[in-house]
Amino acid sequence: MTPSLDSYVMLSAALFAIGFLGVLVRRNTLVIYMCLELMLVAATLALVAFSRFNGTEDGDVFVFFILTVAAAEVAVGLAIIVALFRARQTVRVDQLDSLKH
Amino acid sequence: MEHIAFTSLSVFTLACALGVVLSKNAVNGAMCLLLCLAGIAGLFVQLHAYLLAFVLVLVYAGAVVALFLFIIMLLDMQGGPVRSFRGLNVFAGLVTGALLITGLNLLAVRGRFGVGPPLGHSVGSSLKLYSYQLFTTYLLPVQVMGFLLLIAMLGVIVLSRRAPKAEGQQ
Repeated sequence: MTPSLDSYVMLSAALFAIGFLGVLVRRNTLVIYMCLELMLVAATLALVAFSRFNGTEDGDVFVFFILTVAAAEVAVGLAIIVALFRARQTVRVDQLDSLKH
Repeated sequence: MEHIAFTSLSVFTLACALGVVLSKNAVNGAMCLLLCLAGIAGLFVQLHAYLLAFVLVLVYAGAVVALFLFIIMLLDMQGGPVRSFRGLNVFAGLVTGALLITGLNLLAVRGRFGVGPPLGHSVGSSLKLYSYQLFTTYLLPVQVMGFLLLIAMLGVIVLSRRAPKAEGQQ
């Protein structure tokens, strides 16, 4: 008796919601970034579950692409954060308000 | 047996995800992210996606979390406080949560995912199938991903180079 697809989708949605909550409530840019990664991983979990229950491997192949994009995104994002820290000496989003009207 | 494994793995993963969101120290958050990814890899194993579990641990736990820890130590930062909620924020959060719960309920009740076709052979386990797919159906996306990685590498080099003016001052 394997767990049903519902439970996997529910788990993935809960993980996504927790990641989104983190993006909303945290002020540190790096922690926000970690929460973004959490949301990406939740999406991959849903893809793998759907592909397993459909009996195809297309979803699994897509997870490879998601992993690649996530790795590139982390590299560029962390470089931007380091550059931002060099320029402003802070990475807290409530102190980075130059674009606020 | 599989249900017990699934339940414990999902509880572990959700607890670690909450740890990422709620921990005051950024290093603790990164460690919680590592444990959460380990839980996800366990779930992948349960879904017979052995190769993906391996790649997830290799790429995420090996490279991404290590990079996060490296940057946290480089910038010597603390996690900072969790934002407090007041007035309109609480209302918006409640409405959004209610919408999410309603949507999930509809998905579970009307979707009836559980009664799909029975699980066939474990397609996710074969490396040969993956590589066949990657080099036939998904050849163009693979090329695009290669270009994306190249552009990301160039972008990181450009971003992490010091501006000429700052060099002149030192």
